[in-house]
Amino acid sequence: MFIIKHKKIFIGISVLLVLLSITSICVFGLKIGIDFKGGALSEVEYKSVRPIQADLNPALEALNYGPISLQPTGDLSYIVKSRDLTEAEHSQLLTTLSQNGQSALEEKSFNSIGPSVGKELTRKAILSIVLVSLVLICFIAFAFRKVSKPVSSWKYGIIAIASLLHDVLIPVGIFAFLSHTFGVEIDSLFIVAVLTILGLSVSDTIVIFDRIRENLRNRVGNDFKETVGTSLNQSFVRSICTSLTVILVLLALVFFGPESTKYFALMLAFGMFFGTYSSIFLASPLLVLTEEIQNKKKK
Amino acid sequence: MWKKRIIAILILLLGTGIAFFVFKSEPKLNKSFEQESSFFKHHPFRLGLDLSGGSHLIYKADVSQVPAGQVTDAMNSLRDVIERRVNLFGVSEPVVQVQESSFVSGGDEKLIVDLPGVTDVEKATEMIGQTPLWNLKIEAPADAPREVKVGADGKINLDMSQQFVTTELTGRYLKKAVLEFDQTTSQPTVGLQFDETGTQLFADITKNNIGKIVAIYLDGAPISTPVVREEITGGQAQISGNFTPAEAKQLVGRLNSGALPVPITLVSKQTIGATLGDNALYAGMKAALIGFLLIALFLILWYRLPGVIAVLALSLYVGIILVLFKLLPVTLTAAGIAGFIISIGVAVDANILIFERLKEELRAGRTIADSVSAGFARAWFSIRDSNISSILTAIILFWFGTSSIKGFALTLGMGVLVSMLSAITISRIFLYAIEFIGEGKVARFLFSSGLSK
Repeated sequence: MFIIKHKKIFIGISVLLVLLSITSICVFGLKIGIDFKGGALSEVEYKSVRPIQADLNPALEALNYGPISLQPTGDLSYIVKSRDLTEAEHSQLLTTLSQNGQSALEEKSFNSIGPSVGKELTRKAILSIVLVSLVLICFIAFAFRKVSKPVSSWKYGIIAIASLLHDVLIPVGIFAFLSHTFGVEIDSLFIVAVLTILGLSVSDTIVIFDRIRENLRNRVGNDFKETVGTSLNQSFVRSICTSLTVILVLLALVFFGPESTKYFALMLAFGMFFGTYSSIFLASPLLVLTEEIQNKKKK
Repeated sequence: MWKKRIIAILILLLGTGIAFFVFKSEPKLNKSFEQESSFFKHHPFRLGLDLSGGSHLIYKADVSQVPAGQVTDAMNSLRDVIERRVNLFGVSEPVVQVQESSFVSGGDEKLIVDLPGVTDVEKATEMIGQTPLWNLKIEAPADAPREVKVGADGKINLDMSQQFVTTELTGRYLKKAVLEFDQTTSQPTVGLQFDETGTQLFADITKNNIGKIVAIYLDGAPISTPVVREEITGGQAQISGNFTPAEAKQLVGRLNSGALPVPITLVSKQTIGATLGDNALYAGMKAALIGFLLIALFLILWYRLPGVIAVLALSLYVGIILVLFKLLPVTLTAAGIAGFIISIGVAVDANILIFERLKEELRAGRTIADSVSAGFARAWFSIRDSNISSILTAIILFWFGTSSIKGFALTLGMGVLVSMLSAITISRIFLYAIEFIGEGKVARFLFSSGLSK
């Protein structure tokens, strides 16, 4: 009942967080990676000493491949970004980086994506986002087709979607900040993270709404407010425990897992956290608020 | 009562068997792997390129010359040819896939080539690119426009390519090539044998072009332009360029390993060094283990006796999934391992739903046995509903994704599905099996959870 009593505070916190996230996205922007725009990315590790950037730059400029960025990583490595390269250009680049063989290096990984492949991935990403959203909206509509009193079923749907947006916007906002600070770029895993957050957070909201529906049918509580409060009391332990276990494994992935899935796991952990937060502290209070507004109108 | 306990013990034995299989069939764990029987040897985990190291190449195929209905055939034979070519170079377990143009993937026909263990892209593209492109062209109709250029030195240049038009007969209809020597001039020639369709096409072409020139093109250049004397129905042809014996022999080798039915260009390439892959694999396993231990700790501390059972059920779940990964087999990537790890977390969800219900029933004053059955019955609908959306998302991701996304979607989707079943059946059997602990204070304490006493 505590949550329902102070619902305006919790809704306020959510609104504030969403606004902050939108600001972060607008200010920092989202850097699009080579998965989508095409380009080449190479990680090289020098055997003994890493030459300083200023020494490499003139030779790199002479290659005439357009802008090439060098990003130091670890003690001996660079991550080199450029436009997509042919095989000949690639080996030329490696020779230049090794200062014509003077500083021996090993190429750890190389990735060159042509613009057509990037376009294809972009198309696929957009399509899957649209499709997942549509399917989830249909699922929500189906799940709430039978509830009507005192709040009609489409309002449950809209609230579920609003909390969904909340769950996605906040991690994306955090990502924009991370991308600004650490130079992380949006790759295909980012899209997967967003879609997985959608899936997981919908299920969380639905389990709580499900409980409300069941309690409404069994006439638990004196008014709608109380029914929702009781339902929350009954289900918040489960919600928190479930997302806690998922967050635990995700944190294991962030701290001990492979480099390539680090930010992916971090995004998901934030998504999980805010997904649970929103189903307890946002969706249910919004439901009560909606009912109160309805009542006021009637009077 | 005894029946329930026997089933529980059988399941425990099954779990031990599963763990034994996973251990035995993994070269990294089993020190005497080489001496194992072939059953174990044939089921190690299949690792994706980002874990094993290797190259991932995407080629765009130019199918503009292929008639509309035959694009799929052409792409499939392109795949076969490249596969043969790659196998010839001794790459272990290469994957060559066709990605057809569609609304989803865009307008290009693509060929995806995965070469595990090959980190030298230059070498890799070379060995694929070496495949010759072979086709037969016929004289263009006399009224076709021809461009004649007069060069600066006054010589007249006739562009050969405009003199001929492409026929349907290409390298894809080639059955084999052999090295032959002309009996009169003892010049080396290359004999071609077409397959059934090729024979028919060749017969038609020769029949319609008696007295005219046909041109045999290799890699876009005419190498031989013989005059057709009669209809050839046997499906055999000869190329008699001015070859040296060595050149002819090389050409035969290249044609036999497969001529490309359509031209291809490399549009994307990705290489992962072996050490980087090893590190990623090691980190993935470490994260999975730590994640599992954290969950086990949480479950036992918070849910006590049911928590222990949940950990048992979870261990069995992990075993079942790992065996499925081996037997299906599922190609594991870094993203796939992430999906698997997340599924461990999600798998607990079903158990938690059941235990929370169980606790409510206990509070309502029922006996432990009644609470267990009521808890299961009432939690099932929540379990089903809460997993549907994850499964739907996984299906869509699998459908649209590139290989690494597919890996994630597959392991997550499989995980959610299997965990739903394993959590319900296995936990239930174990919980029933320990009903004997009775209704005492200790039993009540063991079945409670959280901070309550």
